[in-house]
Amino acid sequence: MAANEAAVEMFRIRECHMTITSQPSADGQELTIAISGRFDFNAHQAFRDAYQRQDVSPQRYVVNLQGTTYMDSSALGMLLLLRDHAGGDEADIRLLNCSPDVRKILSVSNFEQLFVIA
Amino acid sequence: MPMRLSILIAEDSPVDRMLLSTIVGKQGHRVLTAADGQEAVALFQQERPQLVLMDALMPVMDGFEAARQIKRLAGDELVPIIFLTSLSENQALVSCLEAGGDDFIAKPYNPIILEAKIQAMHRLRRLQATVLEQRDLIARRNQQLLDEHRAAKAIFDKVAHAGCLSAPNIRYRQSPQALFNGDLLLAAHAPAGQMFVLLGDFTGHGLPAAIGAMPLAETFYGMAAKGYSSTDILREINAKLKQILPVEMFCCATLLDIDAKQGTLRVWNGGLPDGYLISADGRRTALVSRHLPLGVVSAEKLDDKFEHYPVAPGDRLLLLSDGVVESRNADDELFGEQRLLAALEANRDPATVFDEIEQALLDFHGQPHDDLSLVEVVVSRDALPMPPTVSATAHRSRPMDWSIRVELRAESLRNGNPLPSLLQILLQVNQLRSRAGAIYTVLGELYSNALEHGVLGLDSSLKCDAEGFKRYYEQRQQRLQSLVDGHVHLELTIKTDSTGGRLRICIDDSGAGFDVKKALQVQLGTDRFSGRGLHLVRRLSDGFDWQSDGRGLSVEFVWQAEA
Repeated sequence: MAANEAAVEMFRIRECHMTITSQPSADGQELTIAISGRFDFNAHQAFRDAYQRQDVSPQRYVVNLQGTTYMDSSALGMLLLLRDHAGGDEADIRLLNCSPDVRKILSVSNFEQLFVIA
Repeated sequence: MPMRLSILIAEDSPVDRMLLSTIVGKQGHRVLTAADGQEAVALFQQERPQLVLMDALMPVMDGFEAARQIKRLAGDELVPIIFLTSLSENQALVSCLEAGGDDFIAKPYNPIILEAKIQAMHRLRRLQATVLEQRDLIARRNQQLLDEHRAAKAIFDKVAHAGCLSAPNIRYRQSPQALFNGDLLLAAHAPAGQMFVLLGDFTGHGLPAAIGAMPLAETFYGMAAKGYSSTDILREINAKLKQILPVEMFCCATLLDIDAKQGTLRVWNGGLPDGYLISADGRRTALVSRHLPLGVVSAEKLDDKFEHYPVAPGDRLLLLSDGVVESRNADDELFGEQRLLAALEANRDPATVFDEIEQALLDFHGQPHDDLSLVEVVVSRDALPMPPTVSATAHRSRPMDWSIRVELRAESLRNGNPLPSLLQILLQVNQLRSRAGAIYTVLGELYSNALEHGVLGLDSSLKCDAEGFKRYYEQRQQRLQSLVDGHVHLELTIKTDSTGGRLRICIDDSGAGFDVKKALQVQLGTDRFSGRGLHLVRRLSDGFDWQSDGRGLSVEFVWQAEA
């Protein structure tokens, strides 16, 4: 196995209708967490595992919601946990590729005040 | 390791019975024997063996009937029955199964196969026993949980219903389990006459959500009763929740501050779906979420800016939890915002809008849906504050003669609200308690007049329409922010003796003063926005006077000693 293959190894956690993967950037500065399927309470452990990886210490986080079909308020809570983990008010977290439904949920709670939503 | 069981052998042939008993006994099991079905049933009742080896064809009662009876007697417990049979026709084997047989063994008996079947059946028995045990445990635990929920709900209701949810101008629908779905609804009359309503929705379900609701309700009612402003209450609740909730938990909430007398509505919505202000003529204004939910950010980061709207008696406020738009029917379809808007759009008479939304939900779900909250508040001047309960142990008061004078300068005018503390001081005088509401209203009117028209120089005629109304509050905010000089003096004087007593409230400010006589006349007009509340002050108090320069007012409350 090449040296950098370990670094880009993907952690895959499968639950019934949801897959969460996390992948650090080549320089290890950014961690991208991708959520496909339902982002709800069942994703709790998988989401935590995705950002609590011991092998990287990223400065920035990207949550890719491209494949996210559904999101509930406990998912909002999980995003707050990530924010707390990433330094609270100093956290640098971008939420990318939100579908209109997901964006609506984020905007009702005014989460654009806490995260960069694009 | 093979288990030793007690095994009943029902076999009419003495030779076969003996043979089987020997095999089974050698394998270490305890053996009971019966020569026909009836004997087998009787022995089963008496000895409760764990497994039965049953011949099919026997005199008196055959094995099929005996098997049926034994299965019935065994009830939930699994008592495996293995039929001993030389029967080879399928129909006879089917009869064994129909009678409740679990397996067959054919003659001649092979001891190894027999023991294998006995042990397999025993494993099945244990499995069944474990399942039953766990089923009963789950049922017990569930019952326990429901009992605890009931008790917790009863406690919470004492707190949640401390206010005025039962007021005639409030209608709501909330399932009894709402608390454990994270929903809560609170309503209180403030001493100055406003009604505060809070609809909250905690993330998560169950006990954590219910526990978070407790301090929220306590804070809400405690502060409302003491005369704190809706902004103060909001800030305190946010700070408390931020302090106690884990990071991932928060409370989406809308707080309404309805002042029917003044014709003003203040709204703060953090994270709940749009609420609606529906005026008597059917016009609809969305009350949109502009803020992060409660308990997410620290006190200094909280945006406590309320939105102001003019309201008139008969206007309706509709609040809903996200359970309404996010509810799904049996086909997993979402009720969705569009259906809600369609129901609102179709409404012709605001008085029936609540019923129509309920009906739309019922039509959609086919049955009452549990996980949602819906509340309607009608703006009403009749909803008067309950007089605060007079302490049953009130002492007989001694004569009093004191006064206090407070001067509030720019920084305190900007950030403070002196009224709750002043009211608490006045309520030390027992005789004033029954009039706390009136006194607070008068204090509130005098103070906001002095601040807004005196110190800030705001023109109340701005409030002639909805647009001006908004501008008025924007100006108020701006001028308050940039205030450098200015003051309000408040002086309270109490004098009591054996015949009764007198409270005198004097107020003056650094503003330019105003023509009190003219203000009193203007108010007699029909313009509901621009009043200075002076008529109200005059009506509620026992004496009203003003300085000729219009910069100071004084008000008196007088009482007679009780016999």
